[in-house]
Amino acid sequence: MARAIVRLLCLVTLVAATQLTPGLSSAATPEPYDPWPGLVQDLFNNRAMEDGAGLVAIDMPYRAEDAAIVPVTLRITLPAGDSRHVSAITLVVDQNPAPIAARFELGADSGISSISTRVRVNNYTDVHAVAELSDGRLYVVKTYVKASGGCSAPAAKNIDEAKNKIGQMRFRQFARTDAGLDNGAREAQIMIRHPNNSGLQMDQLTHLYIPAFFVNELRVWQDDKPLLSMEGGISISEDPNIRFTFVPKDAKRFRVEAKDTDGHLFQGEWPAETSAM
Amino acid sequence: MTNILRRLMLFAALATIGMQASARAGQSIQPLQVDEIAPGIFVHIGVMELMTRDNEGAIANIGFVIGNDAVAVIDTGGSVREGKQLLASIRNLTEKPIRYVVNTHGHPDHIFGNAAFVDGGTIFVGNKNLPRGLATRAQFYLDGFRRTMGDELISEVSIIPPTELVDGELTLDLGGRSLLLRTWPVAHSDSDLTVLDPASGTLFGGDLVFLEHIPVVDGSIRGWLSTLDQLAKVPAQRVVPGHGPVSNWPAALADERRYLEKLAEDIRALIARGAPLAVAAQTAGASERSRWKLFDDYNARNATAVLSELEWE
Repeated sequence: MARAIVRLLCLVTLVAATQLTPGLSSAATPEPYDPWPGLVQDLFNNRAMEDGAGLVAIDMPYRAEDAAIVPVTLRITLPAGDSRHVSAITLVVDQNPAPIAARFELGADSGISSISTRVRVNNYTDVHAVAELSDGRLYVVKTYVKASGGCSAPAAKNIDEAKNKIGQMRFRQFARTDAGLDNGAREAQIMIRHPNNSGLQMDQLTHLYIPAFFVNELRVWQDDKPLLSMEGGISISEDPNIRFTFVPKDAKRFRVEAKDTDGHLFQGEWPAETSAM
Repeated sequence: MTNILRRLMLFAALATIGMQASARAGQSIQPLQVDEIAPGIFVHIGVMELMTRDNEGAIANIGFVIGNDAVAVIDTGGSVREGKQLLASIRNLTEKPIRYVVNTHGHPDHIFGNAAFVDGGTIFVGNKNLPRGLATRAQFYLDGFRRTMGDELISEVSIIPPTELVDGELTLDLGGRSLLLRTWPVAHSDSDLTVLDPASGTLFGGDLVFLEHIPVVDGSIRGWLSTLDQLAKVPAQRVVPGHGPVSNWPAALADERRYLEKLAEDIRALIARGAPLAVAAQTAGASERSRWKLFDDYNARNATAVLSELEWE
């Protein structure tokens, strides 16, 4: 409460200052409100963040084709000499109604080098990725995306089918043959059928919002070792789709568990494939 | 160039601006240009663009059929402005009551003009899924098109869902002339409906049929491709597509089928080799690029939709 008041006061002071500065208020187009400083305060308790360039990267199209399904890839690019590992990455879509799209936790020796998913983008926005390293330090990188309306975009193109198939899961495994990945890295993809309603899609006739209903927890194990987990928000697109590159540890099987906000539990188990699919 | 010529050109330019301004202010509603493509069947061919303030949303093909007793309107256009212009065209030709407004599906370029036809006596007809589709999508459409078309055009729009719902087939009687309405499984959208005038062999295909304008996938590509065989059997001589010129039936389906099959084939190959969405959106269907208008506006979005459908096969 006190913090909110302080922020409000700051805002009032800022507005006053702007109006008192001749030339600034009339000529210059005001910069759109930047929520990031507030988000650092609210989401990360104002912890110090260093520039993550060279350690992590975000790949996202500058202009999204479909604001409800915008592909994003988080890449870990720690230099070879750096003995630390990334323990968590938080993906923040600054201008979205609920800015935290997902927080990923990476298994300690998972060797995860990239995580891709698909998000909704509601407005032209900065997108930040905050990586927490094993020494507890935070590193941030950002990109900018032009898209709008993704959170309120209509759900399912095929509503009846979506209802029938909720909770269906797929797990795909790929060999990575890219240059530079000679460490036996493999790629896995988890797909879950779920409308992931954002709670911002309005029923025009009743003028009621369709309640938020989304996958908020996902965990992947390699045998009994945690490989990757995700806390998801409403910014994750319908039919959540997570894909990641990792170094397998001779595991025999993968286990996936997902929960949604209505308490449904979805589970699946798949044998590890050793050759290219 | 002489001074006089320059002044004349300036005058012409100002006059044009003045005319546009008075049309915008709605001082007089100009009738929409319509062609009588068969006896009693009138069609306005939309411009092949995205909906904007300048084109007033008039991008889809819309039309009407005049019977002995009454008129049926088939789609109302992308703004109330366009709907009123269509109404003016009808009133230039006949004083018969407009008994029905039929919507071929729920996209804004086909339904935003509905409000121009609300007079207490007109019955709105559509696919049984249309009210649900409009309920969940209308606010999104209004917000989105307010950005590209402006407040003036969009604030007039009110969403009028159908009250006469079709699930399968329905015949509308206009007096001495019957229209056969038919709904289809999820294809272009989840509320597709076609209108056949058996007397003239004219099919209003809605957005199940695109010519020249790249097809837009907002339902199911699998559904659309499997619908095409049944659709081709509809006994008609000509089709009014949702976008593109009036054409021979069923030859008109060939280009669309080729595009959809190519897109599905490309996407399936990309999925099989594990290509990520971002790559698929940029490469699938690329060989079709020179064959369609508005390709760059819709192809990558189509590819995104098709991948998120077909990756579950």
